[in-house]
This record gives sequence, C-alpha cells and structure tokens, in this order.
Amino acid sequence: MKSLSTLRLALVGGVFALAGGASAMAAELNIYTTRESGLIQPLLDAFTASSGVKVNTVFMKDGLAERVASEGESSPADILMTVDVGNLADLAEKGLTQPVVSDVLKAAVPENLRDPANNWFALSMRARVLYAAKDLDLAAFNYEDLSDPKWKGKVCIRSGQHPYNTALFADYIAHNGAEATEAWLAAVKGNLARKAGGGDRDVAKDILGGICQIGIANSYYVGLMRSGKGGEEQVAWGDAIKVVLPTFKDGGTQVNVSGAAVAKHAPNKGEAVKLLEYLVSDDAQKLYAKANFEYPVKAGAPIDPIIASFGALKVDPVPMTEIVKHRKQASELAEKVGFDN
Amino acid sequence: MGDAGVGSAAPGDLPMSDVDLRKASTVKVARYRSGRLWFMATVLVAALVATPVLALIWQALRGSSGLWPHLLAYVLPQAFQQTTALLVGVGVLVTLLGTSTAWLVTAYDFPGRRFLEWALLLPLAVPTYIIAYVYLDLLHPIGLVQGALRVALGFTSPHEFRLPDIRSMGGCIVLLGFVLYPYVYLTTRAMFLTQAANLVEVSRTLGSGKGGVFWRVALPLARPAIAVGVSLALMEALNDIGASEFLGVKTLTVSVYTTWVTRSDLPGAAQIALAMLSLVVALVTTERWARRRQRYWSSAQKARSFTPHRLGTVSGLLVFALGLLPVFIGFIAPASYLVVEAWKRVRFAGLSPRLLLETLNTVTLSAMATLAILLFGMIIAYTARSLPGRVTAALQRISTVGYAMPGTVVAIGILLPVAALDQMIDRAALAWLGAPTGLLLIGSGAALGYAYVARFLAIAVGSVEAGFSRIPRSFDHAARSLGHNVTATFRQIHLPLSKPSLVAAGLLVFVDCMKELPATLLLRPLNFETLATHLYGEAARGTYEEASIAALAIVLVGTLPVAILARVGRWKA
Repeated sequence: MKSLSTLRLALVGGVFALAGGASAMAAELNIYTTRESGLIQPLLDAFTASSGVKVNTVFMKDGLAERVASEGESSPADILMTVDVGNLADLAEKGLTQPVVSDVLKAAVPENLRDPANNWFALSMRARVLYAAKDLDLAAFNYEDLSDPKWKGKVCIRSGQHPYNTALFADYIAHNGAEATEAWLAAVKGNLARKAGGGDRDVAKDILGGICQIGIANSYYVGLMRSGKGGEEQVAWGDAIKVVLPTFKDGGTQVNVSGAAVAKHAPNKGEAVKLLEYLVSDDAQKLYAKANFEYPVKAGAPIDPIIASFGALKVDPVPMTEIVKHRKQASELAEKVGFDN
Repeated sequence: MGDAGVGSAAPGDLPMSDVDLRKASTVKVARYRSGRLWFMATVLVAALVATPVLALIWQALRGSSGLWPHLLAYVLPQAFQQTTALLVGVGVLVTLLGTSTAWLVTAYDFPGRRFLEWALLLPLAVPTYIIAYVYLDLLHPIGLVQGALRVALGFTSPHEFRLPDIRSMGGCIVLLGFVLYPYVYLTTRAMFLTQAANLVEVSRTLGSGKGGVFWRVALPLARPAIAVGVSLALMEALNDIGASEFLGVKTLTVSVYTTWVTRSDLPGAAQIALAMLSLVVALVTTERWARRRQRYWSSAQKARSFTPHRLGTVSGLLVFALGLLPVFIGFIAPASYLVVEAWKRVRFAGLSPRLLLETLNTVTLSAMATLAILLFGMIIAYTARSLPGRVTAALQRISTVGYAMPGTVVAIGILLPVAALDQMIDRAALAWLGAPTGLLLIGSGAALGYAYVARFLAIAVGSVEAGFSRIPRSFDHAARSLGHNVTATFRQIHLPLSKPSLVAAGLLVFVDCMKELPATLLLRPLNFETLATHLYGEAARGTYEEASIAALAIVLVGTLPVAILARVGRWKA
C-alpha cells in the first residue's frame, strides 16, 4: 500500500501546513463580510495605514450568521459586515453581536440608522430607485404607480425574494398594509416584461435592449455603470436610462443600508471598535461615496456627482426596525402572488 | 457465478439476512482479517458523509412544521413542476447528446474523429454559472448575436426586432444540457469501447444493420452506464443555483434557499432539502430496481475495441460537423467569449497578481481533496465488491448521498458538526496545554476538504465501481484461492487493472472540486481565495470583465485534466 500511505501523508502534511499559516496573531483584526472584499479593501487599506492594525477578511455570501454562530466562542471574527437591514437585525437577534458604547458612532450615525441597543451601525445607504427609458416623460414616480395597468409588459425587476426587494415590499406593508401590498404585488407581477430575476444592472441592460421601459433597482449601480468601473459596455447601459427617485404616496424614498457589528466573542474588540469609528470618519465616508457610489450616513459628507444628479434624496421616515418586522410577511406575500413564477 | 464465498454482484439477487451476514462475515473475518479493515474503513467513510445529513435532520427537527401549509399552497406546486420540467428536459438532452456522440466516435471512422473523442469532454470545464452568464450576454438583445442579426436584417434598434428571451425554462435546459452531457458521453463511451465489441461484432455477423446494432445491442448494453451518467448530470442540474438565478428558473433548490436566506429559517430550509433528498433517493432506487433482473458480465478475455465503420468524405464531414456542434456550444463559443472579454480587461488594467496565488490555491485544494476522495472511493467500491451484502450495499448508498444535495446545504450540514468539534478541540487545548488552537479544522481548510468529500464522493465511487466491474470475478477468486487476502488481492489485481478508471475518476472529481462555489464560499479560512470565489466576488460587484479573467482561468485549469482524461479514454481503447 505504498502509494496509499504516501497519499495519506501528503494530505495530513498539507492540512498542517495550511493550519500554520492561519494561527499567528499580532495586532490584527478579522472581518467576516458579505460585501465583496474588493469593495471595502481601499477603506481597510487606509485603516491599516493609519492604525498599523492588519486586517484579515473572508468574504462569503449566505451563511455568515450560521458560521459565526457555530464557531461560538472560538470564532476569530471581530467584525461582521453585511448589507441589508434585515441581515444586520438577524445578527443581533441571534445573539452574535455585542453592544458598542461609542460617542463617535452615536454622533456620526443618525438614530434611525443604528440598532436601538447599539448592536449594529449602518455605514452607508442606498436608495431603491426607478430606472426609466431615456425618452419617457417621467419626472416623479410613486412606488404605488408600479401597479398601474399602463405599464403592462413594461416593468423589469430582480427576484421578489432578493433582500433588496423584500425590504421594499416590507416598507410597502408599513405604508399601505398587507392586503393592499398583496394586491399591488399581484398587479406589478402582471406588469412584468420578463420573469423577475437576474441583477439590478440587468434592468438597465434590458431597458437598453427594448425589453422593458421601467424597473426598480439600487442607486449605486448607476454610478458603477456610468463611471465605467464595470467596463466600457456598462457605460452604455447606464446612459440608456434616467433615474427617478420614487417615493411612497405618504412618505419618501425607500433606503437600505450596509452596516457592521462587533462580534459577540470578538478577540480584538478594541481594534474592532476603532475600525467602526474609522468607517464613519469624514475620510472613510467620502471613500464610501466615491468608491461605491453610496449615500454616506454621516450628515454633510459629500455625495458622488453621478448620484447627486438624481436630485435630493428624501429618506422614507418609516423606521428600519419597522421594515425588519414586516420582512417575513413581505417574502411570503411575494410567494403567494407567484411574483417570481 | 457459482461461488458462494464471494456471492453475487447484485445484492437483490441473493438476499442475505443480517444474521446470515453476521455468520458469513464471521467466517470471512476468520479467513481474511484484512477484510474487516476494509469494512471498518467503509463504515467510517459512510459515517463521514452521513454526518452532515444527520446534522440537517437535527436542524429540521428543531423547526416547527408551520411553514408547510404556506409552502404547499403557494411554493411547492410551482417549484415541483419547474424542477420536474428541468430534470426531464436536461435528462432527455444529455442522453441524446451523450449517447449519440459516444456512438458516433466509437462506431464510425471519419476525419477528425480522434480530435472529437477528447474535445467532446471539454464542456466539463465550463461551470453552469459561467455558461449561463456568457449566453445571457451573447444572446441579449444588445449582445453580439442579435446585434449582428439586426445589421444583417437591416434593423437599427432592438425596439424594432428582437429574438425571444433566453431567460426561460427552455433556455435553461439547453444551456445546462450542453455542459452536462459529457458525463453521459464519458460513461457511455467507456461502455461501448470495452463491453460492446464482441457482441456488436456478433450481431453484425448475424446480419444486424447499423441501426439494429445500436438500438438492439449497444444501447441496452450501455444502459447502466447511461443511467450513471444521466444521474450525475441531473444531480448537477438539480443542485444548480447560479444558472437558475441568471435564467429565472425557480427549482426546489431555490425554495430551500429562499426559506433559509430571505426568511432566516434554517430548520425550514433543512426540511425542504431533506424532502428533496428523499425524492432523489427514491428515484435512484427505482431506476436500480427497474433493471434488477438485468445482469452485465464481462468475459474474462481482454476487452477489444471493435472496428469502426469507415465513412465516405461527405458523410464523414457531416458526422464531424454534427459531433462538433455540442463542443462548439458547450465550450468553443463560451471560451472564445471569455478570451475576448478577458483580453479587453487585461489591456485596460493588466493582470492581477492575485490570480496566480488563487490558481495555486484552487489547484492545491482541489488536488488534495481529489486524493482523499479517490482513496475513499476505492475503499467503498472495493468493500462493496469483496464483501457483498445488504450492509455494504447500504453503506455504499449512504456514502454517495452528498451528491444529491445542493452544495450550500451540504456546507451548512458540515459547518455545524465541524465547528462544534473545532470548539471542543480549542477548549481542550486551552484546558490541557494552556494555549487555544483557534479553529483548527475550519482555519486549516480541512472543513472545506471535508465538504468536497461529502459532495463528490459519489462520482469517485461510481467511476471506480464501473472500473472494477470490468474485472472478471474469477480473477478475485483465483487470487484468493492462491492465498492472497482481501488487501493483497486489491493491490495485485484491482488497483493495476482499474488504473484508467481511477485516473478518470480523479480527474472528474478534480474538475468538480475546482468549479465548486457555495461550500467554498462558506467554509474557507480567512484571506483564502480560489478562482471560483474570486469570480463570484467580481460578479457580485458587477465587474464582469474582471470576472471573465477568473472565469477563463477556471476553464483553462479545467481543460487540462479534461485533456488528460481524454488520453486515459484512449488507453482503455
């Protein structure tokens, strides 16, 4: 069995070689993030440069909460970073975070954009906006209008089960109640030009391709497309549309957040809080806006010109906690009307 | 097969009660102590694969059954219908493509046949999520194909003229079919080459026409091989999440996903996943049951390949073009697209140094996992052969169950017990050694390797088993009666004789590990990126051109083993 035992040896050796690389710890900070690391890397590099703290990241998609939870007290995670208020609230609800007492964070992040118990803090905002074909005569728009029969066969949107849409539908419930939301969802479904699916950028691409005329998508994608950061092709997609900031009839534009929390068993809590405080500093907030075309959470921080060109953002006043509460119902209503079918 | 000591190949054929088995195995163990080692190893491997399933069952039991009325009313009927349509569609397509191409390159001789023999495997290197993305872009109203069509037809805007949207069930079936057919091609061709020769020639001598040979001899002979290939392809299709996300097809896997991610209901998701798993197991069992009365024996003579029928120039070219079509759709077109996109990006931004490290990570991790999977696969397949009975058959089924579950679900099933073990080790180390170890298994990537084992062991077991099945049992008996024990028989007979299928299994597993995404995303250590996770990150960020470089790297790294696989295919011939 010579070849087999060599095999086994190689395996065991390899595993230990890998383990050696992961265990050394100095002034370090470990981030578990669902934001692609390329997005936040410039911010982290700037933090490392100013603080001397080395930052390790692992980017994952789904299961961040499950991973931290099952790693328990042994988890190396210091900071949990994610998008969507529902995901942030989930982390706190599952007891994976710890409250952070920091005057810097309190002063920088408006009350509506952080956990009442200080378990998580929003770091940036994005609005759920309307992409419309350039030649449409459309200056203002209500989310309620999406169900108007005049848009039959002209609307594009991603899956009704995507967290961005779930949050929008939950906000709709907060404004109009569950029954009206169900009817609205069914009517919007009837207006779709193609199956709900793909990504937000596909809305712009499909408008350019003549498949639909309007669609709902996130604000920052327009910056990513028009700036050329996503490649030359996407500039054409971004230029094919105009952006309208829609509002609820009795409210404002629905926004969602990206945010972070300090993990409950963070081995480097001090550094973790330092990083959070850095992320809401003027410099970092400016970088968020510049690199990712998001709205800064800190009042007075500059907005990227592409995003500023949409007009003044009037944030919907429904509290984030209220949106979180209606999330499950929103997802179920979307299933009930067969939104994605 | 009159040898009572070894028994029959088909467990259903000579039913043994547990008591019989115990009696029988007592006798065996006395005679062959090494047999017990193989059996123990098999139990261990099966336990390893069963652990994540048990973790999921535990999760499922923690939940309430409260979501089922909603699911039954609004979600499952639709999801079930879509899943069935997808599986039937992909099943028919891969059977047609895989079997017909395998027959073409085996039974006929024409210019370019040797090239097609291995080129037909190339689509294996293209992950489903990449093929979906590429064709979505190519066939979009503003994409290359429709753009050229508009110019040709004199239209100026997609508003005036456009083709139907590819984002549909039909589109999904076609795209998945054209990258998954090689599983059927591979297994079926091996069968045609090694098994069919004598019988095909006999039937030719007896006056069967070309069609008759195919329909009445080759096809029925290849049925087990086709079944293996099709079931591999269908599991991939069933568990796919990337392509169906792009193409708007809502399968049961998507329901599992929605329940877990959007509604944060892991127990509920585990319940759906397990229901799905039972369905798959039932289907596979039914297929086996349906051919329970059929026996396939190879003769002890060395297998010969049969003489292919030489085609004329015109028909030869026609057949070549026909055989090239799946290669073109499944590999050449998407690979060319990626080359062009990657080139645009490289010209603009240069090559990221990350890419080299990521390639190294990908290859190292996949290679290590492949070795482990191969080892385990041999253990399972050989134990099933040398100690046949209900128990070993059941262990074999259990060890292959991971392939029937979506990668994300397997990953969660592994995360729970492995992290618990990690915590125990960490605490024990702190208590006894005074220093914590941190997360040894997750931090070292061992958890990830485990996920690959649980997920892809079925491929290794299947291929190795197929390889063993070509070794006549009389060889085993001869070796044993000459005084070799079970292990020595393995080393002297089975290992050397099944080398080609071992290599084939290894390469197939390697390519699958390399393409794997969901478990890799969830279970990898800090600061550890593979090509697939890089690709996913870029796609998530929408920097598709940058992503195309990583995608191209995956396809290229995957092409190499596929090319080797093709050479191995030739040794068999």
